[in-house]
Amino acid sequence: MILAIDPQVNVPVTLLVALVKGVLILFVLLTTAAYLVLAERKVSARIQLRIGPNRVGPGGLLQPAADAVKLIFKEAAAPEGRDRFLFELAPALAAAMALFAFATIPLNQTICINGRHGAGPLSATCPGGYALHWDLAHLNIGLLFILAVTSIGVYAIFLGGWASNSKYALLGALRSSAQLISYEMAVSFAIVGPVLLAGSLDLERLVQAQHGLWFVFMQPLAFLLYLTAGLAETNRLPFDLPEAEGELGAGYHTEMAGMRFGMYFVGEYVNMVTVAAIATTLFLGGWMAPVFFLPNWLGPIWFFAKVGLLIFIMLWVRWTYPRLRYDRLMQFGWKVLLPLGLANIVVTAVFVALR
Amino acid sequence: MFRELIGGLRITLQAMLRKPETIQYPEEQRPVPPRARGRHILHRYDNGLEKCIGCELCAGACPVGCIYVLPAANDPADPVSPGERYALRYEINLMRCIYCGYCAEACPTEAITLGPRLDLADYKRERLVATKHDLLEAWPGFRPSAGPGSRAPGELPVTAGPGTPHQGPSGRAPGVNPAIPATDAPGPPRP
Repeated sequence: MILAIDPQVNVPVTLLVALVKGVLILFVLLTTAAYLVLAERKVSARIQLRIGPNRVGPGGLLQPAADAVKLIFKEAAAPEGRDRFLFELAPALAAAMALFAFATIPLNQTICINGRHGAGPLSATCPGGYALHWDLAHLNIGLLFILAVTSIGVYAIFLGGWASNSKYALLGALRSSAQLISYEMAVSFAIVGPVLLAGSLDLERLVQAQHGLWFVFMQPLAFLLYLTAGLAETNRLPFDLPEAEGELGAGYHTEMAGMRFGMYFVGEYVNMVTVAAIATTLFLGGWMAPVFFLPNWLGPIWFFAKVGLLIFIMLWVRWTYPRLRYDRLMQFGWKVLLPLGLANIVVTAVFVALR
Repeated sequence: MFRELIGGLRITLQAMLRKPETIQYPEEQRPVPPRARGRHILHRYDNGLEKCIGCELCAGACPVGCIYVLPAANDPADPVSPGERYALRYEINLMRCIYCGYCAEACPTEAITLGPRLDLADYKRERLVATKHDLLEAWPGFRPSAGPGSRAPGELPVTAGPGTPHQGPSGRAPGVNPAIPATDAPGPPRP
């Protein structure tokens, strides 16, 4: 967002900080995605009264490493007649956009180094010092950025299905794009509630607006809508129609093998983290301590604890409910989630206007 | 609708809080039922003499013909079995055997029974032909007999003699000495 370089900005330091933050976020996200696979398998195992992976490393903790090694060394079989460029691009896009979306999520409140903290304890400004933002890109339209980037993720799925030259992949991709576009509406509508209450698209402001009372208590309906639509956005059961392994082979990634599939896999799990992180930021008070007497300076820990809780709920839901039928899925998206989201917006807007 | 959704989540949560049912073979093993018909055992009398008298009735009774017995006459001064003859060689082709137990029924001296061992897989077919060495019951005071495969006179006694139950990867013979005690107690209630 810096078009003309502010003379006050120390360019090398800013670049270095951005680099360090980028590497850290990438590392944390990829590790989390890898361990989410293990967590998913463990949760599913316990729900089905099994034990789950426990042979690789203590308690199965090295299983993600073994999976990664396997995926990397597998033959990357590819169908004849594929679109060579798109076939390579789509998986990379899936992983990249999932990671990209995390860039604007604040993990903690801005910390002021060597300067006066701006007015108020929650201010993000820091005159005379260095303001350390706990997100990669401190945008005042962070939420809009996330919505835009996750929409590009739909292309990854659709292009992957299209480029495969396979009927299962194409059908999966068609279903997927229809579903994702429908549920993106629901996601956007659910997000509008907190945005109206906070009066900002800046994710840090959104968290600060929840000081004292989290939006999950003011917007319980929006929270439920967001979680439901978020499940659909991440292609997870009960909305995993794009993959529907019983009907479509594996949906859009039927023809993807080896690391191409691995990229989709990473993208899917990172998307889960992103959806949980957005829900945490918008509804669960982000980095704020869950109870007022706990210290707020443990921000990132509270943040990741809340993200973990939401992810557990997503796993739990996945292993509980069966897949929706496709027409029901569409009906649910357009006839239930969308009107509810609209109603929520209207009620919230009236509330905000009268306040 | 919501009540059903919550009910479903409750069921899976309850399942998550329950102890998993998995038995981690081969570290954990279920006890084999007492009358299970696994690999055969050739028994001895309490004084160490083999019960088998080499009569070949088991081989005759076997519906698939997987038993081969080569009888030999006992040396009266150093008998292997209490009868006139004993089995010099006793081989069962475990790949062919159908574990029907007719051999045990045919045996006049109850020398052969079907034991609890059920893990009979192997990488070599040759090893699946069980010899007398494999089948014969272990006896701590193992006594040399004239047959091949037995100890030469003057050789030190072997504590784990031939016929010792096969030791699995974890040092346990499956079903023979299971890690999970056999109880009649009912398991956790099932829905």
